[in-house]
Amino acid sequence: MNKFVRYFSKRSSWSLPYFIFLLLFVVLPLLLIVFYAFRDNQGHFTVDNFVKFVQQKEALNTFIYSVGIAIVTTLLCILFGYPAAYILSNSDFNKSKTTVMLFILPMWVNFLIRTLATVTLFDITGLPLGQGALMFGLTYDFLPFMIYPIYNTMMKIDKSLIEAAQDLGASRAKVFTKVIFPLSLPGVLSGVLMVFLPTISTFAISELLTMNDIQLFGSVIQTYIMQSDTMNYGAALSLIMLLIIGITSLFTGGDAENESPGLI
Amino acid sequence: MALAENKKEPEAHIIDVRHVSKWFGEKQVLNDVNLYVRKGEFVTILGPSGCGKTTLLRILAGFHMATDGEILLEGKDIAQTPPYKRPMNTVFQRYALFPHLNVYDNVAFGLKLRKMDSKEMDAAVRKALKMVGMTDYEERDVNSLSGGQQQRVAIARAIVNKPQVLLLDEPLAALDLKMRKDMQLELKDMHKTLGITFIYVTHDQEEALTLSDTIVVMNEGVIQQIGTPTDIYNEPKNCFVADFIGESNILEGTMLKDCLVRFMDKEFNCVDTGFDDDEPVDVVLRPEDIYIMQRNEQAEQFHGIVQSCIFKGVHYEMIVLTPDGYEIMIQDYNSFEPGTDVSLIVKPADIHVMKKERLCNTIEATVVDSEHIEMLGEKFQILPTDIEAGTEVVAEVGFDKIDLMDYQEDGTADGEVRLIIYKGNHYHLTIATDEGPYLYVDTNDVWDDGDLVGINIKPEDIKLKVKG
Amino acid sequence: MKVKFDRIIAKGYLWLLLLVLYTPIIIIAIFSFTETKVLGNWTGFSLNLYKNIFVGDASGSMLSAIKNTLIIAIIAAIVSTVLGSFSAIGIYNLKNRHRKAITFLNSIPMINPDIITGISLFLLFVWLGVSQGYTTVILAHISFCTPYVVLSVMPRLTGMNQNIYEAALDLGATPFQALTKVIIPEIKPGIVSGFILSFTLSIDDFAVSLFTKGNIGLETLSTYIYSDARKGGLTPELRALSTLVFVVVLALLLVINLRAERQAKREQERAAVLKIKK
Repeated sequence: MNKFVRYFSKRSSWSLPYFIFLLLFVVLPLLLIVFYAFRDNQGHFTVDNFVKFVQQKEALNTFIYSVGIAIVTTLLCILFGYPAAYILSNSDFNKSKTTVMLFILPMWVNFLIRTLATVTLFDITGLPLGQGALMFGLTYDFLPFMIYPIYNTMMKIDKSLIEAAQDLGASRAKVFTKVIFPLSLPGVLSGVLMVFLPTISTFAISELLTMNDIQLFGSVIQTYIMQSDTMNYGAALSLIMLLIIGITSLFTGGDAENESPGLI
Repeated sequence: MALAENKKEPEAHIIDVRHVSKWFGEKQVLNDVNLYVRKGEFVTILGPSGCGKTTLLRILAGFHMATDGEILLEGKDIAQTPPYKRPMNTVFQRYALFPHLNVYDNVAFGLKLRKMDSKEMDAAVRKALKMVGMTDYEERDVNSLSGGQQQRVAIARAIVNKPQVLLLDEPLAALDLKMRKDMQLELKDMHKTLGITFIYVTHDQEEALTLSDTIVVMNEGVIQQIGTPTDIYNEPKNCFVADFIGESNILEGTMLKDCLVRFMDKEFNCVDTGFDDDEPVDVVLRPEDIYIMQRNEQAEQFHGIVQSCIFKGVHYEMIVLTPDGYEIMIQDYNSFEPGTDVSLIVKPADIHVMKKERLCNTIEATVVDSEHIEMLGEKFQILPTDIEAGTEVVAEVGFDKIDLMDYQEDGTADGEVRLIIYKGNHYHLTIATDEGPYLYVDTNDVWDDGDLVGINIKPEDIKLKVKG
Repeated sequence: MKVKFDRIIAKGYLWLLLLVLYTPIIIIAIFSFTETKVLGNWTGFSLNLYKNIFVGDASGSMLSAIKNTLIIAIIAAIVSTVLGSFSAIGIYNLKNRHRKAITFLNSIPMINPDIITGISLFLLFVWLGVSQGYTTVILAHISFCTPYVVLSVMPRLTGMNQNIYEAALDLGATPFQALTKVIIPEIKPGIVSGFILSFTLSIDDFAVSLFTKGNIGLETLSTYIYSDARKGGLTPELRALSTLVFVVVLALLLVINLRAERQAKREQERAAVLKIKK
């Protein structure tokens, strides 16, 4: 009993319960994905699931299509979001905190509700649901997630750097290209992470915005996993998605700090 | 070096530190420290950064445990007592005020823990704030206070608990000069008024001289000297203390016989006794004790040409170069232009002679084969010897026989420059090595504190003596 | 002059974007006040949709979905906050090597897309043979909320003056008292924002809940909307519900930001007063 008390009076050992928790609820489940991916219905080891993925064009095509959609969405978000972030962070153009808040507000609203909102928009204007709606809906949903990190990073740029550049003779355009743009890139990277990864793995949005017409990779996985006879295949597909995500994260050095939007 | 000072009557010791050593992993920070503190004293532990003084203080406070040795409080061993049970309070260097409490609650913190009666507590808190000059600040947010004000609140917070000993860890280090000087006087007043024992840690020797009843000088985890401020200043025990306290000229010399010493190739009368005839010694001359005047060959003891003259406000500081190549620093109210031929005199009483701590390097080594020994963790080449391989020996190397290289790769062993003492015509360096032993090197090259160096020794300069 | 022109374009761009962003929501809000089944067809002002959320035939499942969402969010937020706060203190005191390892593990749930989290936990519960329902959903929510609590609390710990804990001990506090009287007050802002964040994440969650709710008919707000919308056409009551959610979030954000602004102003005033007093 004494030893137990002595151990827990050392504050570092307070991390132990959480460590076990993480092993059980984070590491183990991920390992299970790998485990199931390499097993068949009877539980024997096999790589059939992956063979099936490559051979059966269906899943592979969906995968490629989803990646493509994700890339396009990300680019669109950068296209529309970067200028917005710049304007918001530049006190020449915007001095209102309320405006910034209005851009951040959507992030806090349940994304299904936001998706429903786009559906109603198309409903009311009579525009057809389908690929166009999907692209619009994805960009609409994720735009704030691109704006926020870029805005954040730009706000953190030391004002004296801008003043120094101006002091050395840089025009506003030059200040932007030589100082602000390079320093804003970490924010862009963060935004890419916050848009690309969820977009690749999204499924509900595509089902709602295309009336189940177009399936994204996420929905495919969801269908397979929930049925016990295709669970292994679903696990294999999840593993493939995990790989893409892992590679993307490595390349961009996953910055988790920018992922919790909150106060302006 | 075990030290105990003063042949006075043994007064009440409130704290005894006996044979305390402290290791942090492989690094030894305190080495056989012995000292005692008398009740009501103002003791300062003085030394450069990294000397172990803060560690010693924290061991007294209870935040660290000594690896070896005893800490006694009024005769009782408190080594096992946790800090919250010791009747001592600490004033931290960076104040450590609780940000979420206001001034009043900060000061009352310790009293609240003791569940003191609220009327009593209120009176005590207000009294403490008055003593540090912070009345009317009770409701204030501590984050809004200036550095000096925060420090005063920190002091109030400590003394309000009426500790037996007040520990102060460089409390004034973060303040600007003027504020520091003001606070020093206030602290001294407080000490007199409160009557409790103060143990103060600082690297500022002026501060130590101003505040203390007793100074403990430390370097590299070892106590160098313990004494009153005047003792330490006038009678430094070794080169380090002489160099650290005030400005000094330290020169190599030989004690010819009692009251006669030879240095700078001349003989001088002095007042020190207790040395062997012809014993090598270190001689200390304080710049303010040297008389400087226009060249007068009859009256002088030695002479030279003024190299530089800098106005220091209270006096002028001049460097004089003697024909033999010794650079001497002199402080005087009169100024002499660079280039002037001057004569210098020093009174016998102002010549202070110190015993040398060592005459050459003595390094422990093991014989590897007839041409190599292992020393400082590396293989050094030696002149052929017939001592058996595996024998433990002591290698003696003269101070001027060690070559220091700019790059550690160029040397056989690695070291770091820790202490640089100028000895008139050369530098005497203390080098720390990875293995532990210190090396002492005489050189004319200019090095910096903290320089990483390579160590080379020519085979013919290594003299071996079998141990035991 | 050029600046003014640029300014107009810039502001114009922002307002255009905001228009696009909010039009759908405004449409829903407007049409939440009329009972029509077909959007665009205004059949007269009515608050029935709002009423129907709480009473009426649709209300049963919608209300229970809302109830479930709130209960799960509160429990998950409380547990995550407690677990995360203590763990943050523990992690902070770990040796560097161990700290890096557990920080890495901690960041995995934050980087993982929710579908992966959902699927991995689904497989876990299947493999363990545990029947899915309330418990599994709450456990799942705790697993993705706690890392954010740790992330909220850690900066407060690292930014704390190291000596305060020792100062408390020095003044007579036992380690436990030092913890409760000094450390916890210091990290309280982190704990509070961690709690709010957990609550929000839990309410907002869709994918993880979908995969861990099992077959017992448990629905959260998100899964309810999803299964309802899949059936084709938008249940009119959902318009009212969406508007309500939007208004609540707007109010919350306003309150939080107003408080922060007031706090900042107060500190500015205090600093100004001091400058004069000195």
